[in-house]
Amino acid sequence: MKVVVCIKQVPDTKGGVKFKPDGTLDRGAMLAIMNPDDKAGLEAALRLKDEYGAEVTVVTMGLPKAEAVLREAMAMGADKAVLVTDRVLGGADTWATSSTIAGALRNLEYDLVITGRQAIDGDTAQVGPQISEHLGLPVISYAEEIKVDEKAGTVVVKRQFEDRYHMVEAKMPCLITALAELGEPRYMTPGGIFDAFEKEVTVWGRADLKDVEDSNLGLKGSPTQIAKASDKVKKGAGEKIVADSADEAVDYLFGKLEEKHII
Amino acid sequence: MSLEEYKGVFIFAQQVDNELSSIALELLGKAKDLAKDLDEKKVTAVLLGDKVGNLVDTLAEYGADRVIVVDDPELKDYRTEPYTHALASVINEYKPEILLVGATAIGRDLGPRVSSRVHTGLTADCTQLDIGDFPLNVVEGQEQKHQQLLMTRPAFGGNTIATIACPDFRPQMATVRPGVMQKIAPVKGAKAEVVEYNPGFEENACYTKILEIVKAVSEVEDIQEAKILVSGGRGVGSPENFAILEDLAKVLHGTVSCSRAVVDSGWKPKDLQVGQTGKTVRPKVYFAIGISGAIQHVAGMEESDLIIAINKDENAPIFDVADYGVVGDLNKIVPALTKKLEAALAEK
Repeated sequence: MKVVVCIKQVPDTKGGVKFKPDGTLDRGAMLAIMNPDDKAGLEAALRLKDEYGAEVTVVTMGLPKAEAVLREAMAMGADKAVLVTDRVLGGADTWATSSTIAGALRNLEYDLVITGRQAIDGDTAQVGPQISEHLGLPVISYAEEIKVDEKAGTVVVKRQFEDRYHMVEAKMPCLITALAELGEPRYMTPGGIFDAFEKEVTVWGRADLKDVEDSNLGLKGSPTQIAKASDKVKKGAGEKIVADSADEAVDYLFGKLEEKHII
Repeated sequence: MSLEEYKGVFIFAQQVDNELSSIALELLGKAKDLAKDLDEKKVTAVLLGDKVGNLVDTLAEYGADRVIVVDDPELKDYRTEPYTHALASVINEYKPEILLVGATAIGRDLGPRVSSRVHTGLTADCTQLDIGDFPLNVVEGQEQKHQQLLMTRPAFGGNTIATIACPDFRPQMATVRPGVMQKIAPVKGAKAEVVEYNPGFEENACYTKILEIVKAVSEVEDIQEAKILVSGGRGVGSPENFAILEDLAKVLHGTVSCSRAVVDSGWKPKDLQVGQTGKTVRPKVYFAIGISGAIQHVAGMEESDLIIAINKDENAPIFDVADYGVVGDLNKIVPALTKKLEAALAEK
């Protein structure tokens, strides 16, 4: 059984977002990490490796430095790694990104493709389902559990919704988008780290992508275009009092609620 | 693709178990608003499901001029492939200029799949939609297009905000965050033009099978519907101590909600969580009690009409968004406020 996991290198927004003196986001100062949902997806794939001996290949698209997350994935136990990088792929929206990754996946064999539900930089959750459509695969999004029946060639996924879950069965090959609930990612092992730096990372550029038109790649292939981007303008602070006693605080709040006709 | 052929604002009228989701009505409210600035004023709801004809009148009351209904047993419960086929077929047949979909667990699966199939752009999880020019200002050597959908959305966990357009492809598609757009006051007895359409369904390799549906039994109130929210953070100290928030909420006929830290500690269920990874709320009054105000939390509540913060830390970022802030001990202030409100309301 072969599993491909799509991962992305993202700036860590959780450990405190850094701003420059002028108030804009300081991306350079933020740690680059493996996107958390993708890491949960990788963990799910590695469990399939533990259980069924699945071969796990990780694929990422990005700048050459994104190789770091591929090494990390191999140190956790992934067998092979592919870095898709090329200048002409830059500036891609989710449509062009998914076309690119689909172009890379057409070179690989797989029974399952796993992506994270969403990346913490863009928060779109679109690339997984869009890849599935480009490849003509069934998709099950928001996976909390994955069970594979190798013999039947099917996968059963616990698919989360707001107020329920579905147990959904799909024929393989199939694409699944992973939630963090799939499992706590394992640590890299010392031996794994050593091996990871011995192993080769396959690097693919534009020419290696299969069955993709130039018009569907990069900035030019992106139907959406940015009209304006800015760091969020914070709402102005209102009034604040330091209350010496509870009574003072209560009188103040009560007064405001009356003034605003809440009571 | 001739862009001029695409006309009108369409919304995906999400229903689950033959009940319209609130987002469907919110999208209709926004669609009506957008249509005012377009040549085609007609708003169309696309309703997919099995025996869902009874929902048409509600869609009309909330602003749909026309409802396209695809009624088929294959559409009984949500599955990506038949829903994608139905919605993509409607797009190809009726050519909307704009298509809005809720950014729900269904919409965020359906939207991207459909956008890939019909080859158009999709902007995720929008919190603001306007009609305007693209580029916003005239750029030499580039045609400025008018009456474009300008889709605004937060990214980077709410730290940045971007406005996105889709000038060369149709429909212009967006998923829209639930709880942000306003429904219109329903017009009782309003009727919509009803169009029955069925593209035909043929099972293929992409069809999935639902083996089981398990509904979460939830006793909790919908915090997105509440007019007054009394929200607690880690500063409340313990799950038991939420009782003082419950008391305040009760006297104001409000509902208790909470921050992510509270859910992560297992004090409250996730349904009550406000913020980037929880729900977006915009009540009349939002009490932030013992909530520090991380940007991810603020992203989910800053549109509230009135924000009142109580926190012992004078430098807590919540005070940067609060209209009225009190630095003090919530354990003393909250029960005393409840008592005073109780007494005052009893007199009225």
